[in-house]
Amino acid sequence: MGGTEADIDDFGGAFTLQRADFQALLDALSKLGYDIIAPTMKDGAIVYGAIRAVEELPIGWTDDQGPGRYRLSKRLDGALFGYAVGPHSWKKYLHPPERELWRAKRNGNAVTFKTKPPDKQKRAFLGVRACEIAAIDIQSRVFVDDLYSDESYETRRRNTMVIAVNCSSPAETCFCTSMDTGPAVSGGYDLLITEVVEENAHVFVMKAASNAGQAVLAQLPLKTASPADVASSRAVIRGAEQAISRTMDTEGLRELLQENPEHPQWDDVASRCLSCTNCTAVCPTCFCTTVADHTGLSGEESRRLQTWDSCFSGAFSELSGGSVRQSTKSRYRQWMTHKLSTWIDQFGASGCVGCGRCIAWCPVGIDITAEVTSLRAKPKKEA
Amino acid sequence: MDASPDIVGATATTPASYTVVNKRWEFNGTATLHLARACEKDSWSPAAPGQFAMLYALGVGEAAISFSGLPETPGRYVVTVRRAGAISDALTRLKRGDGLGLRGPFGVGWPLDSVKNKDVVVVAGGLGLAPLRPIIEYLAHDRGVANSVSVLYGARSPDAILFERDLSRWRNDAGMNVRVTVDAAASAWRGDVGLVTTLIPEIEFRPKNSVALICGPEIMMRFAAEAMEDAGLPQKAIWLSMERNMKCAVGFCGHCQFGSYFICKNGPIFSYDRIRDTLLVREL
Ligand SMILES: Cc1cc2nc3c(=O)[nH]c(=O)nc-3n(C[C@H](O)[C@H](O)[C@H](O)COP(=O)(O)OP(=O)(O)OC[C@H]3O[C@@H](n4cnc5c(N)ncnc54)[C@H](O)[C@@H]3O)c2cc1C
Ligand code: SF4
Ligand code: SF4
Ligand code: FES
Repeated sequence: MGGTEADIDDFGGAFTLQRADFQALLDALSKLGYDIIAPTMKDGAIVYGAIRAVEELPIGWTDDQGPGRYRLSKRLDGALFGYAVGPHSWKKYLHPPERELWRAKRNGNAVTFKTKPPDKQKRAFLGVRACEIAAIDIQSRVFVDDLYSDESYETRRRNTMVIAVNCSSPAETCFCTSMDTGPAVSGGYDLLITEVVEENAHVFVMKAASNAGQAVLAQLPLKTASPADVASSRAVIRGAEQAISRTMDTEGLRELLQENPEHPQWDDVASRCLSCTNCTAVCPTCFCTTVADHTGLSGEESRRLQTWDSCFSGAFSELSGGSVRQSTKSRYRQWMTHKLSTWIDQFGASGCVGCGRCIAWCPVGIDITAEVTSLRAKPKKEA
Repeated sequence: MDASPDIVGATATTPASYTVVNKRWEFNGTATLHLARACEKDSWSPAAPGQFAMLYALGVGEAAISFSGLPETPGRYVVTVRRAGAISDALTRLKRGDGLGLRGPFGVGWPLDSVKNKDVVVVAGGLGLAPLRPIIEYLAHDRGVANSVSVLYGARSPDAILFERDLSRWRNDAGMNVRVTVDAAASAWRGDVGLVTTLIPEIEFRPKNSVALICGPEIMMRFAAEAMEDAGLPQKAIWLSMERNMKCAVGFCGHCQFGSYFICKNGPIFSYDRIRDTLLVREL
């Protein structure tokens, strides 16, 4: 998924849209029947929500992130996409936090079942970053490309237009370059936007990679991208790459984690971790769910609801004798080992895309990249 | 969009309607239920020994339950449920004629190909005999498949012995070496007392030509697998049925993960060589 030089330099067939005309993109999407989901500002964070007007984007804002830290501040320019990722990810639309699986009812002696048809609403995700495209791909491997296919996920994914944006302003928590997922977008999109903000120019260099994307471009007042526009786009990508300083050494990580379930570092991190489940909620690839019955007063009817769950909760691993994973140590080990190691065995790719959300939103600032460094540094505990 | 009609009909994630057509209490708190599909339109597929279903009690929830019998009649399954909590309690309370939901069959069963011409050693603890019953029945029915069959079964007490009639049929009619031991018993009990693993040295099998099929509490399976390995069986010839929390049975909910495996879709039956290291780590 990562941006190779060839991908990055591939601005053939690109067009430019002026900042003054950006509303035309939103209008075209609405006209074509899409609900537009984009970054918005809410409660001091940039989160994804429905928009219709360009003014609803976090214009001129950026984010300052670090371990356990997320703050918004004003930029000096009026960039529309001048920030990294916030606490939400697109999974809340493709894999909703709560969903009705089915309704059951007693008919005489029999129990019968009904399901709602899948949600076919067309949605345009505006401002999808490279790491997020990788995360969507990873969740699709779980819900669509595996032994069973989840029709409800598959239908939502199929009706989603991905309008990607090349990152210009990565956060201190970003490490997509280590995970080979960004910052340059290199596939998995319908439309790709690179925002260029210069002294006297504010344009969006746009490219379509699907018929649906072409259909949107056809509605816009575009010009063919000039060599200068292309050069500026490349400069944006190169600038983003250079701005990323956080790294995670993934060499042999799969084996390292599987071979060290008793490493002393697990006790160390467990002494800090609160088992609060924040990291799993913000992670764009975490997919675990639980189910519960919501029963009417008569007890003759029930709705089966699926909600996001976390491997940090005690009930997650419950068996009739009690939870398998009682300690925070075993839960953190499960989360991190799954994410960076067993995920590769299960789905052919790491479960981490390097978005940094779990670092910023951990109340005690636990940093997955630093944990990897510690696991590497300390000797393997002898059995 | 909201005007679209509801979808009726079972899928891998939506249960089919089933009815209890027969029920038998094995002993206090454990019942065997014969289930029949209520709606012909719902698909039904024959299950393999060792596979399981998700059974749904209205308003209470779903539990993973292995098939304890595999009738040939389409639309039929047999399960044995032990009352362990709310869901299994509701399932054991079902009476003849009551409805329930069923999804499945799910998972990978016992290695039917690997038992041919082998000395098959079945080691079961408690309710663990239930998921083994279909493969024992298969070996009893086609007596030429295996070279010999030993069934070692450990129960809590003499009044908690499952499938007593089957055990004597397997011993007397099918020529299997059936040994039953209990954890504790009053003096009237004339059989063995002690852990099921203590029976392993007492039976005959050719270590290099044997297959062990083990199901029971995890700690018992660990000891039994170690004992079979000590007796000379390669790890690949030792098979265990694993249990973890399960919500979906189709690889979506993440609950059943066991190291790199999802027990619902890669298991529940695993050969020992694939899971031994994981089994030895505490709280994994
Ligand atoms: C592959 C497989 C095959 C099984 N076969 C049988 C069988 O043939 N007969 C039988 O009686 N039991 C079987 N079980 C165990 C059975 O699924 C659990 O005993 C049952 O789910 C417990 O639910 P409960 O509410 O009755 O019990 P409780 O003890 O009340 O459960 C407490 C909590 O733990 C959860 N819980 C406990 N065990 C499990 C589990 N395994 N999966 C999901 N949640 C769990 C419950 O949902 C509940 O929230 C099998 C389990 C697995 C994984
Ligand atoms: S583990 Fe952390 S950095 Fe990796 S994808 Fe999840 S939230 Fe992002
Ligand atoms: S690592 Fe941090 S965010 Fe994750 S559960 Fe522990 S305390 Fe919460
Ligand atoms: S039971 Fe849900 S993933 Fe296996």
